[in-house]
Amino acid sequence: MRRFVRWAMDTYAILVLAYLFLPIFVIVLYSFNKPAGKFNFVWKAFSFDAWRNPFAYEALYESMKLSLRVAAFSTLVATVFGTLIALALTRYRFRGSGAVNLLLVLPLTTPEVVLGSSLLSLFLDLNVRTGFSTIVIAHIMFSVSYVALTVRARIRGFDWTLEEAAMDLGAPPFRVFTKVTLPIIAPGIVAAAMLAFALSLDDFIITLFNAGNRVTYPLYVYGARRAAFPPQINVLATAILLLSLLALGATVLWQQRTLRQRGMSVTPLA
Amino acid sequence: MAGTASGGARRNRLAPYLLVAPGILWLLVFFVAPTITLAQTSLTGAEGGWPAYHKALTSYGTHFFRSFRYALAATLLALAMGYPLAYFIAFRAGKLKNLLLGLVVLPFFTTFLVRTFAWKTILNDGGPAVWLLQRLHVLDAGGRLLDTTVAVIGGLTYNFLPFMILPIYVSLEKIDRRLVEAAEDLYSTPAAAFRKVVLPLSLPGVFAGSLLTFIPAAGDFINAQLLGSPNQQMIGTVIQNQFLEVRDYPLAASLSFVLMAVITLGVLAYARALGTEDLA
Repeated sequence: MRRFVRWAMDTYAILVLAYLFLPIFVIVLYSFNKPAGKFNFVWKAFSFDAWRNPFAYEALYESMKLSLRVAAFSTLVATVFGTLIALALTRYRFRGSGAVNLLLVLPLTTPEVVLGSSLLSLFLDLNVRTGFSTIVIAHIMFSVSYVALTVRARIRGFDWTLEEAAMDLGAPPFRVFTKVTLPIIAPGIVAAAMLAFALSLDDFIITLFNAGNRVTYPLYVYGARRAAFPPQINVLATAILLLSLLALGATVLWQQRTLRQRGMSVTPLA
Repeated sequence: MAGTASGGARRNRLAPYLLVAPGILWLLVFFVAPTITLAQTSLTGAEGGWPAYHKALTSYGTHFFRSFRYALAATLLALAMGYPLAYFIAFRAGKLKNLLLGLVVLPFFTTFLVRTFAWKTILNDGGPAVWLLQRLHVLDAGGRLLDTTVAVIGGLTYNFLPFMILPIYVSLEKIDRRLVEAAEDLYSTPAAAFRKVVLPLSLPGVFAGSLLTFIPAAGDFINAQLLGSPNQQMIGTVIQNQFLEVRDYPLAASLSFVLMAVITLGVLAYARALGTEDLA
């Protein structure tokens, strides 16, 4: 009986995991579809056409380029801002740290539609024209919290006396930073930057409010439900997935190696 | 971290503020200030103030209730699916733990919208899900999945499931295994050990996971738009429409503000009931 319960629980967990992958399977499969009309929603015939011409749709290609540019800019800024906050929160006790914590959590407990619409009302109020820069501003805003909380979770409880040891041994501050501090916090920063990049690339709701007439990849997909939904959308989605898989695998291996060298246990992504 | 010279000490007192300054300023200007502008927008103009809020609550009350109902259903379903999977990864997966965690987040590296369109393909009339359910006589011959409440709640559950799984996993992972062993040494059954040891210790994760699922689900409008019919429209669609199409800014802002206020009050009440330390 006990063994049966255990078996049933394990099976259930694996079924949930399979459920998570069901639409992913469909996305990949339909990138090989040759749809009958403009909409790639019904299976017709197997074909490599879309993979051979991934950039056949100019507007789709442009939207992907825009999304990558937005993600690069916002990730860079948000990673710097968020890491600095995480360092302050883990290394110093200071008045107002509670308020800083609260300000970091609040954007996460506010629905995106509220974040997007209130930012738009600010831009309307100030007569700012929405476009590339307002998208980047919005993405930095929601990424800072994720970066700060991720980095903080990773470097909390680390033994900072190592820095003092380096200083006692005569290392100048810059060298302490590059040789001691940076290697300690680097895995957390990389994980946080990847998260920020993925969130930016994927964001739809906040972007919709603040994009003006610019079209990011998610906005293109949203518009595609009316005009045409080519399999190239699935090709690009699959490509993003494959690249994420590579990046994820590489960082997990790298973290396991560095952490094993330091004799610590490994919990990535958490 | 105490500085040796007095100048060093002063620098160290200022240091944390200098470190948080850029990020916190960004949040003050682009998160706090917009919230204030939102409130102002809802109160200004001929239609602003009481008329806007009255209309928001009377004309769109059903949308609010529907959104919270759907979000609650999606949260409970995500808990029912996410907890066992988080438990499996934390306690049963052994060396595969990191791989499985990676697999949990991997699907979410494909675009949210493309994922939801994939569900549309799966649930489509004449698609595999309808075909299967008709064979099993769960659906009758003309039965549909697309444009139903089931599809919308299913989509919400799917899209926010990792936000449930990851916090629960983190809290389960922290549990000292010796506590469970101790319970078993004292002749507790596995079920009792789970109920009295593991479950209470994992509640902070359940708390955080439920919030992180409920909040985006309540404000979402993509699942309702792509998988539902106008009968399943949620409050997010109304806000989007009022802001971007109708451009009745006072009404749009009051709707948005009400949504934020209700959710903030809900979070506070929930935090009060369950404790908050692990939210951040």
